[in-house]
Amino acid sequence: MAEMASNGQSPEVLFWVGCAGSFDERYKAVTQAFVKILNKVGVSFAVLGPEETCTGDPARRAGNEFLFQMQAVANIQVMNAYEVKKVVTACPHCFNTIKNEYPALGGNYEVIHHSQFLQQLINEGKVRLQGGGEFKGKKITFHDSCYLGRANDVYEAPREVIKALDVELVEMKRCKTKGLCCGAGGAQMFKEPEQGKKDINIERTEEALATGAQAIAVGCPFCLTMMTDGVKNKEREADVKVYDLAEMIAKDMGI
Amino acid sequence: MSILPQLAFVLILGAAGFILTKRIKFLRRNILLGKAETRNDQHENRWKTMLLVALGQQKMFKRIVPAFLHLLIYVGFLVINLEVLEFVLDGILGTHRLFAPFLGSLYTVAINVFEFLAVAVLVSCVAFLIRRNVMKVERFNKPELKGWPALDANTILVVEIILMFAILTMNATDQILASRGDEHYPALGTLFFSNLIRPLFEGMSDGALVFIERFAWWFHIVGILAFAVYVTYSKHLHIFLAFPNTWYSNLKPKGEIRNMPEVTNEVNMMLGIASENPSAPPAEIGRFGAKDVNDLSWINVLNAYSCTECGRCTSECPANLTGKKLSPRKIMMDVRDRAEEVGKSLDAGGPGFEDGKSLLGDYITKEEINACTTCNACVEACPVNIDPLSIILQLRRYVAMEESGTPAQWNSMFQNMETSFSPWKFSPSDRFNWSEKVKEEEMK
Repeated sequence: MAEMASNGQSPEVLFWVGCAGSFDERYKAVTQAFVKILNKVGVSFAVLGPEETCTGDPARRAGNEFLFQMQAVANIQVMNAYEVKKVVTACPHCFNTIKNEYPALGGNYEVIHHSQFLQQLINEGKVRLQGGGEFKGKKITFHDSCYLGRANDVYEAPREVIKALDVELVEMKRCKTKGLCCGAGGAQMFKEPEQGKKDINIERTEEALATGAQAIAVGCPFCLTMMTDGVKNKEREADVKVYDLAEMIAKDMGI
Repeated sequence: MSILPQLAFVLILGAAGFILTKRIKFLRRNILLGKAETRNDQHENRWKTMLLVALGQQKMFKRIVPAFLHLLIYVGFLVINLEVLEFVLDGILGTHRLFAPFLGSLYTVAINVFEFLAVAVLVSCVAFLIRRNVMKVERFNKPELKGWPALDANTILVVEIILMFAILTMNATDQILASRGDEHYPALGTLFFSNLIRPLFEGMSDGALVFIERFAWWFHIVGILAFAVYVTYSKHLHIFLAFPNTWYSNLKPKGEIRNMPEVTNEVNMMLGIASENPSAPPAEIGRFGAKDVNDLSWINVLNAYSCTECGRCTSECPANLTGKKLSPRKIMMDVRDRAEEVGKSLDAGGPGFEDGKSLLGDYITKEEINACTTCNACVEACPVNIDPLSIILQLRRYVAMEESGTPAQWNSMFQNMETSFSPWKFSPSDRFNWSEKVKEEEMK
């Protein structure tokens, strides 16, 4: 972003990478896949790079409003300085926070989730799919992220993206408004679960496996981690893969 | 005819009115123990939400069987209460079936409709009793329902069954008397459902029938008045409060957490940003977050009084489903119980909130609120738009900002965020490293 700004360019959209997208070994692949799609399509975009910080979502949800606002105000200052108008992110937590919570602190942007962005690119014919590639005809189930689904009523965009791959989309027993959390929201990602009979991601993974799907599609870095761990715990990692939507599209495009 | 029954009736009506007024004042005061909050925007949307969700039962229909049974009771309640108007006027004026001469055959149709609904309510209540006590539907057998809440639920169902039976008994005996030519009892034509139980009473003397008819009449109307008072002590308040509760629904995206402007001022000062109202005196800062009911918004407390403990929230909660202590329903019950405790204490000239107890700690434990994934399943599930998550988050704010009592792993996450601007401990300068691989590949 800094580079573009110094050249007097203003990108069409800011890609908000997020902490998982920047640092998580597995999830970096999603960032890379999404960027490759953007490059291929020729979308004019920028990232903040080292100028980006955590949106503050887990701090706010763990109760630390001070820390949340410190992060938020710093991010808003940076984005406002660059006159950012539109933000796209692959993380539903970043999506929710920037879209719904930054306006109260002076950050007003058009924010969309990468599932919505991908759906637009597909609908506009900018992303041309080659009929599903390795996914063609396979059974795929989509795990709704709470912060995309219930929190922001985005249920169809990710499903449309998956369907564009010419696959068989199978729904879990609990889906859409009734979707079961992967267990990582509300800052649970950053601590051990409280005492109980079972871990939430195991419960959810069992539901996903019960559909007979060969792949579980997600649209959230935390869900990706939780579902991947769940599949490993069930010793099914050889035959059931967990993918982010962007990875599936990139694979189909052969990039 | 003696004026005594009329006098007795007016006295009972007056007493019920007096007690009800007192109870309503008590409940209103308790709800307003919460902090002021204005939520009067989007009138059109609010009326629409209330009509759809409260009047139209929209969210009930996510579970079709209980929704249907509940609908029968709900319609029965609304419609049969029309008849109560006649009961009250008859009671005051000493008349019998005051409306019959005016409505003619329409009256018979109306009574048949009431009887049909009475039977529908009766059947539904029996079905609900079976679901609770025989089938033991899981959400009705959670720990927070042990004791009074279970008794409360069963009491309501049994009382409704008896009240409905009283209507049918009254009509059956009334019409036997009418067929015997007692001119005090107008013949109404065929009443389908009460006809079915007429054989039970056919052999009785006129005197016995009059006694049973009068007893059923008094039982029904006094029962309804007593029930109205009982409701104010019971989870059954939802029959009234569902309406204001849905009107005051949170209409924002569910994922949005309310901002704390009192924190914004301090953050702006720390970052050296001019505050929007630099000249405004610092707002009276109470506690950060909520420790007790008076730290919550009055809408949170209204939510608690509107809860009928159906447990749909708890049965959808991922934490509860996997055996954690958290139950969103219990959160709502705890808020109400604490508000009741403080309210009673204040009325008795007691210490109120200064009784050495608090919502957090004595009612709700940290283990419960720490288990929440903020997934909004409970909020989505609630048929009357109650928001348990809002309360959980305010409690967490108190723990984090007033007590510094968050779990150690969260504290580490806070530290990472403070020092390296990410919940994980990575160097901020490495944020862009992922791009190396893309560049490499695209160079090829």
